Amino acid sequence: MSTPLEELFVKTRAEKRAALVAYIPAGFPTIKDCHRVIQAFVDGGVDAIEIGFPYSDPVMDGPTIQEAAVKSLENGTGAQDVLDALEVAVNAGVPSLVMTYWNPIEKYGVEKFASAIAARGGSGVIHPDLTIEESAGWLAATDHSQINPVYVVALSTSDKRLAQVTANCGGFVYAASLMGVTGARASVSSGAEDLVSRIRAVSDLPVSVGLGVSTREQAREVAAYADGVIVGSAFVKAILDAPSLEEGISAVTHLVRELALGVRGQ
Amino acid sequence: MSTLQISEIVGHFGPYGGRFVPEALIAALEELDAAHQAAAKDPEFQKELAELHRTYTGRPSILTEALRFSQYAGGARILLKREDLNHTGSHKINNVLGQALLTKRMGKKRIIAETGAGQHGVASATAAALMGLECVVYMGEEDTRRQALNVARMKLLGAQVIPVTSGSRTLKDAINEAMRDWVTNVEDTHYLLGTVAGPHPFPTMVRDFHKIIGEEAREQVLQLTGRLPDAVLACVGGGSNAIGIFHRFISDEGVRLIGLEAGGDGVETGRHAATITGGSPGVLHGTRSYVLQDENGQTVESHSISAGLDYPGVGPEHAYLHDIGRAEYRAITDKEAMEAFSILSKSEGIIPAIETAHALAGAMKVGKELGPDAILLINLSGRGDKDVQTAAEYFGIPLDGNAPAGK
Repeated sequence: MSTPLEELFVKTRAEKRAALVAYIPAGFPTIKDCHRVIQAFVDGGVDAIEIGFPYSDPVMDGPTIQEAAVKSLENGTGAQDVLDALEVAVNAGVPSLVMTYWNPIEKYGVEKFASAIAARGGSGVIHPDLTIEESAGWLAATDHSQINPVYVVALSTSDKRLAQVTANCGGFVYAASLMGVTGARASVSSGAEDLVSRIRAVSDLPVSVGLGVSTREQAREVAAYADGVIVGSAFVKAILDAPSLEEGISAVTHLVRELALGVRGQ
Repeated sequence: MSTLQISEIVGHFGPYGGRFVPEALIAALEELDAAHQAAAKDPEFQKELAELHRTYTGRPSILTEALRFSQYAGGARILLKREDLNHTGSHKINNVLGQALLTKRMGKKRIIAETGAGQHGVASATAAALMGLECVVYMGEEDTRRQALNVARMKLLGAQVIPVTSGSRTLKDAINEAMRDWVTNVEDTHYLLGTVAGPHPFPTMVRDFHKIIGEEAREQVLQLTGRLPDAVLACVGGGSNAIGIFHRFISDEGVRLIGLEAGGDGVETGRHAATITGGSPGVLHGTRSYVLQDENGQTVESHSISAGLDYPGVGPEHAYLHDIGRAEYRAITDKEAMEAFSILSKSEGIIPAIETAHALAGAMKVGKELGPDAILLINLSGRGDKDVQTAAEYFGIPLDGNAPAGK
């Protein structure tokens, strides 16, 4: 049985285009308004949604997502709110998954977390700080719950290790486009294309590129060689910068529409 | 004793340790691990480090018997391992020189470091100056205020100090920021982590650079007293000075190893930094160990009068030594630590770091429990010069020199 996420990439590959994957932390800008952002993603034509589990020590995140995580935690966001947001996205008919640092999973309970994701209709979990060496329990749990464990690989990952990591990966491979933290950049690193081709040499899994993508032009550029384009900080920034929630939501919808054109090569 | 064998299979200590980091850092951690292992077997490296210890740090550090302090510790013999007399004023220099040599060996030109109290930052800036490396130190904004003197010291040594304004603005956030820098600049930068925490190989490597403390002390105690001590005591924040003095004694079954954590206002108040006493197993900063965390796995802010112990995590080897019962960990409140700080200053003429005062307060308790026949070895991990302002405020001593003296 395949997850909705796996089915999505079969579809987008058949359509010869990339998928647009949008990220928002649960509980941001508030626990309820996060659900409106998810709806804005759907209205704009997103292909998949990542719900972030806000974490106190997000070492992979730049200032924009850090600020969102702080606000979300101040709003009292917990595991149930993350799962609720996931369910909102799933119920809107979009393949969805959770992105989280490892400790919240370990605290929740590894098997329990995997089965909770599955119970809410989630396709998987992206875990940027879980290494394959520490993954035995998690892989057993995701296998049992039939969800995708999504690993993040980097420009510095050797070919040998790419083969090892992707062999354990499910759904898609998350290729971090640059050496650094999340956040919009003026240009997408030229190393990303090379990384994607190195992944393709060792794995048939779809490859999605994240870190630094914020515009339609960048999405189009990445879509030329990747199966998915991941955007996060740009949405958070649109909401943080907007004078009101309404304007933030409409900016998000507009940006999703633009990016959706980009991933179709337009 | 099979139960005392520390498992180090791929950087683990029982269920603790390991690597929980972005894939971007794996190559650098493997390079570092290989460099550390090669250096450990390389006589040239060992010779160079030993020479620096002798001619720069001032090793071996001496052992001082605290005859007058003894009366506050149940009459037990109190032996102080004087790491405070090292160059830069604490044990931190041992690790910093080792890692700076490794940095050069790896061909990297830039080091970054985190610091809480400033001791590790000062030591890192010192080693960078000595070896011609660029040095950037991340320090929580809150700590830059508490330890302004050390900020100036680092700048005088040529380091750049970056105040960290994210999160709780203390040591944990300085580590986050240093890791973000490292993820971005890993090609030419070494992260000179200052304690026995973080992803493998840091807990093992930093311990290896500090184990000289226990190796020297064991010989010195045997020479002075003709026997092993009954207990070895050290303060525990991340746990580097403690593991440094404990390690040589782990196989000496009769020697109790006692780590003193920062109890802040008291563990029962929730305002403390006693990670093993008051925390639970979890993952923080790339390693699995005990962590102060809430029901969602979010790190809880720690509290301690001592900036150097104000950390919600602890080294994984301590978590393991605790779980197998080889070491004991107790919490010392701010108040108990400051009392011990004052007593050592007035009874021995040694002003300890407030971090170290936690170990001294522990010695006062353990000495009373064991009585006058006992020999206690205490790691006097740092000197208190940096803490004069904090202590003066605590004891109500005016700093303008004119007003009447306090307690």
